[in-house]
Amino acid sequence: MSVPVRVVTLLVAFALVVVGAVFVVAHFVLSNPPTVDYTGAAHNGQVNVVLQEDPQNNSASKPIWVSYYVMKPGANPNSQSSWVHTTLFSVPPNTRVNLTIRGYDGCTPLRNNFWSQVQGTLGNVVALQQFQDTGKSVGPVKVTSIVNSWSGCNVGHTFAIPSLGVFVPVASPNAYNNGNKAGLCGSSPCVSGPFSLESFSFMTPDHTGEFRWQCFVPCGGGYVDGNGGPMQTIGYMTGQMNVVSS
Amino acid sequence: MTTPEATTGAAAAEPRHGLRIFLIWLPLAIIVDLIVWFVWYPHFPPGRMTDQAQGQQFDIAVMTVLSVPVLLFIWVYFAYALIVWRRRPGDEEDATPIHGNTRIQATWITTTAVIVLGLFVFGTVQLIVPAGAGAGEGPSPIWKPHVNQLLKVQVIGQQWAFTYRFPQFGGIETTHLELPIGEEVQFNVTSLDVIHSFWAYQLGVKADANPGVNNVAFAKPQQIGDFTVRCNELCGLWHGAMFNTGKVVSPVSFMAWANGIRDRETRAGVLITLPAYSLTYDPTQITSLGNTLKKVLGITGSPGYYYSPANPVQP
Repeated sequence: MSVPVRVVTLLVAFALVVVGAVFVVAHFVLSNPPTVDYTGAAHNGQVNVVLQEDPQNNSASKPIWVSYYVMKPGANPNSQSSWVHTTLFSVPPNTRVNLTIRGYDGCTPLRNNFWSQVQGTLGNVVALQQFQDTGKSVGPVKVTSIVNSWSGCNVGHTFAIPSLGVFVPVASPNAYNNGNKAGLCGSSPCVSGPFSLESFSFMTPDHTGEFRWQCFVPCGGGYVDGNGGPMQTIGYMTGQMNVVSS
Repeated sequence: MTTPEATTGAAAAEPRHGLRIFLIWLPLAIIVDLIVWFVWYPHFPPGRMTDQAQGQQFDIAVMTVLSVPVLLFIWVYFAYALIVWRRRPGDEEDATPIHGNTRIQATWITTTAVIVLGLFVFGTVQLIVPAGAGAGEGPSPIWKPHVNQLLKVQVIGQQWAFTYRFPQFGGIETTHLELPIGEEVQFNVTSLDVIHSFWAYQLGVKADANPGVNNVAFAKPQQIGDFTVRCNELCGLWHGAMFNTGKVVSPVSFMAWANGIRDRETRAGVLITLPAYSLTYDPTQITSLGNTLKKVLGITGSPGYYYSPANPVQP
């Protein structure tokens, strides 16, 4: 093999390695789910954010783990196209976040039942209502400071921002609704199936920053102690609330 | 053994390098050690918030005072050698061969042996006397503080937060830690999932949090102020964010805080939902669910069940 051919071969091989490394870093290491921007939706010092947690997700290219979804601002929650498969959302600082979570997933007991207690929300309470798959509500809205995960089938997941002291148990569709025989939602983002509707409010800090949030229910089925998979992956059961200037 | 002087017969022409180096090194070491002890030592980490932290600060100061002369000796010798024994223009001769020096060898072995053995004794005493020096001593601590009254605080780690239980206050649980000044504290550290490490840096306490294990550490707060708790064992995605804060307060403030938590958790119905206080917890055993757990499985009909440590089979 002549010297020029050798040099060209070497350069091509080197370029392939570099391109491969860049692809791996860009595609797998630096890639993040999209961020749903709620800063433009803030009005009079308040912003309404809507999430849902599903028993699974139907993505063909991602693991079908249990997952949270974030709704586009002001969208129709009953349309699948309104939901983004992500756990990143941004809100303005010093703003009251009115967060609504539609809980479509079944129950799993908490590893530490202390997280059954609602903490850090305004009034340290949540407003909770159950719905059947027909869309019909089951009983009135209940304002409560605790959703006991070690009693019956009450808690599906939690929504917690530890650095802000916000810890909220998210009721499962079966809470207070034992008569419901319908199966859980089987097609995500869920717009059908029984669900719990939980609302609460908290204040964002007066400074910008990234605030991680997570679920405290060990819901990573198939992983040791339920702590792997979706529990350790942004875009599933953990994410970030980005406080940014609007 | 033959000395270089005897070998070459040129000793008379050589200055006493050893004495020179010693005379440069000695005052320098004394001055720097005095600066370290009186100026730097009071600012050494981790501070003096507890007796354990103060003990660690003292240990670090002693180690520094011991290491400064060693370090300075190396630097002085190095500088002296560069200046005095540098090669001068036209100097093509070899250096004087050295075949051994009993006095230097004996001094070297004796000095290093004294330093190492002394540090061994010092370190052992400093570990035993202050009741484990703020480190986790396992479930049956050998070294305990000699006091009649201890405030017991259970530290529970889980991905990714620490919570604290106070068995002497009805088993209340909090996400924030407050401690009274002047009272000996016994930390009972455990975990509900993976291995964490309770590191209250300013308190001088660091103890691993292992699932199913009670790891005991002691400290006595002696300064009012804030401290930070961090996880010091890589424990997953949000390990770096696993921290919270605490306060050392007056005994009156502490009692008001703890009783306030107890009242609030009683009113909210939280206390009765918590498991009975225990040194360790098996989160796969939820007594209150009992047979209901099976019912729960029946209700959900999905992977909405509790994942035991055997799921999947552990290696």
